[in-house]
Amino acid sequence: MSDQNLDPTIRQALGSSLTRRSLFALGGAAAVTGALAACGSNTGREPAATGGGATGGGGSGVTLNQWYHQYGEAGTQQAVEKYAAAYKDATVKVSWKPGDYDQSTAASLLTDAGPDVFEYGNGPTIDMIKGKQVVDLTDLLGDAKDDFNPSILKRMTYEGKTYAIPQVVDMQLLVYRKSMLDKAGVTPPQTIDELIAAAKKLTQGNVKGLFLGNDGGAGLMGGPMLWSAGLDYLAEDNTFGFDDPRAGQALGKLREMWDAKVLLLGAPKDWFDASALTAGLTAMQFTGLWTFPDIKKGLGDDFGVMAWPALDGSGKASVPVGAYGSCVSAKSKDVEAAKKFVKYLWVDQTQDQLDFATAYGFHIPARTSLIGQATTLKDGQAAEAAKLATDVGHAQSPILWTPKCNTAFGDAMNRIVKEGADPMGEIAKVKAVAEPELKRVLA
Amino acid sequence: MFVGPFVIGLVVFVYVPIVWSIYLSFFNAYNTVTPTEFVGAGNYLDMLRDPAFRSSLLTFVAFAVFIVPTTFVISLGAALLVARTRVMQSFFRSVFFLPTACSYVVAALIWKMSIFSGIRSGLANAVLGWFGIDSVPWLSLADPPWYWLVIVTARLWLQVGFYMILFLAGIQRISPTLYEAAAIDGAEGWKVFRHITFPQLRATSTAVLLLLLVNAFQAFDEFYNILSTFGTYPPYARPPLVYLYYTALGSGQDFGHGSAGAVILTLIIAIVAVVQGRVLRLGDRGE
Repeated sequence: MSDQNLDPTIRQALGSSLTRRSLFALGGAAAVTGALAACGSNTGREPAATGGGATGGGGSGVTLNQWYHQYGEAGTQQAVEKYAAAYKDATVKVSWKPGDYDQSTAASLLTDAGPDVFEYGNGPTIDMIKGKQVVDLTDLLGDAKDDFNPSILKRMTYEGKTYAIPQVVDMQLLVYRKSMLDKAGVTPPQTIDELIAAAKKLTQGNVKGLFLGNDGGAGLMGGPMLWSAGLDYLAEDNTFGFDDPRAGQALGKLREMWDAKVLLLGAPKDWFDASALTAGLTAMQFTGLWTFPDIKKGLGDDFGVMAWPALDGSGKASVPVGAYGSCVSAKSKDVEAAKKFVKYLWVDQTQDQLDFATAYGFHIPARTSLIGQATTLKDGQAAEAAKLATDVGHAQSPILWTPKCNTAFGDAMNRIVKEGADPMGEIAKVKAVAEPELKRVLA
Repeated sequence: MFVGPFVIGLVVFVYVPIVWSIYLSFFNAYNTVTPTEFVGAGNYLDMLRDPAFRSSLLTFVAFAVFIVPTTFVISLGAALLVARTRVMQSFFRSVFFLPTACSYVVAALIWKMSIFSGIRSGLANAVLGWFGIDSVPWLSLADPPWYWLVIVTARLWLQVGFYMILFLAGIQRISPTLYEAAAIDGAEGWKVFRHITFPQLRATSTAVLLLLLVNAFQAFDEFYNILSTFGTYPPYARPPLVYLYYTALGSGQDFGHGSAGAVILTLIIAIVAVVQGRVLRLGDRGE
């Protein structure tokens, strides 16, 4: 999914803990609310009707419901409630939503019980935009437009209109243990082949060279591999972007790593946790910036960071970046008041943004001018990482890449990496799914 | 009068969504539950033409063929053993039944992260280590398909106790006079089971088989929690509901195709259940 960058702790704890019952409840709820919207009294609009409601501000009698997913870091909820309470022009009620946030929020937008302002991973989906469930927020950006991380802003923009204001940036990158590389006489690799060679040298005994997730990178590395070959999911003209022998070559490299048995597989905690690296199960790991506090605790200064390398001279190094974006529901009773609040919090209140990005978890402010002010990102590996996010950051997947395309791509990656399927044959299968999907969403 | 509230609940939360879902399956329903564009059987054809959906259906027919008899035999065996136990019967009954009280999600995470983790400290790999065998990344490999071992053991652990209790209730309802008569005729052991216990359990067996079958096709919880990796699910061992969740009913919100897929799945369950009833002729002469 396109939101795999986001808030790993909570997705690990809750996102993956979906049960069939809650799936049915969700599907059923969507169907029932359509029929019975008028009968429902628990619309979430009354104070304290939903979990963790906090009413803030005073203002002009307008009440706005703002939804967040449940962040894993302590203090985040109190922080957003504090920002909301400080807003004077409306009463903002913050709802803190545990569980499968993306799905339940998407379903709630079909009803009148949804939020006025809500965050969504990498901005609203193309179907939300096409379905006119969210409103255009372009004019909120004003002069600040160029200050936001460009690849993130582009991801939240469709046909020149921006539908979400980025809140904080998360990123993934390659982290390695300096001492292990020194001992093996390996320098940080600059190309994929150098990376494979390094991983081979670093694989010794119970230590593997590289950790790309328990599926050997099938779920995580598809995008970075395409970018490393200088390609992308979609071409500039929104056509299928990787029906290209270089894509086959790049994706095949993951299989090469798998066959060479240099990849760590079956770690108790997957790539989004630092424990494989800190426990010495692997020498290099592709992981998220959010693990830095844990890595620091476990390894002190014995680690370095780098982008995912280029395939060769004509490719590009990259780091995936993602952000929750603040959106305004078209079903809000007062769209203008909701937009005004979003502008207030996520464009104007730079000190709140800095606080939100750095005081609780380990993130990068969405506005690049704030990065310099962030004490957490001032020096060392964190500063290097923040620079990578700005310089070679690449939004995880394009807005037109629908869940169906994503599933087809994930299937192909699994077959290529785990079963050794022919990459070009698999790419053709993805194309067969993606082209009708693109046609549908662009219609 | 007394059933009124329940009937209303049933209608509102069960029948209306079912009918609504069938209705949606004939429409182009992206991000809406009140669609306007009728597409006839289009969604059904799309789903049946989708190789990934077909493969998940096939996988789960095969899965049902394996898991239904296996669970049936093991839970019946456990029930017979517990029923014959003279000492501490309620202790054994509770021990076998306890996993039923465990959440599928919790069990799945324990299986995934503790028992079958891919490193040496995982329980299964630690045992292999005693025999000098290399660690196996159980859930990472597609070939050989060790993931089935993880899923099937988790499922059996979770389910056997529940069906055992059903069988146990059935066994305890069999009149002792039948066994006495059999004993007088000199029947014992296997013969008693073959000619008295098993035939007398016909009604229970029918119910258990049907429940097992529906359960196999509706598999979701343990598969999702064991095999999904942060936003993706591998293309193998993917239950139809998991596939629908990823492509249509999750963030995709493609209710037309999703509902069509769900209706197809329901029809398959219904057909297999009817065929199973006919073939096994269970329930025909039940009590």
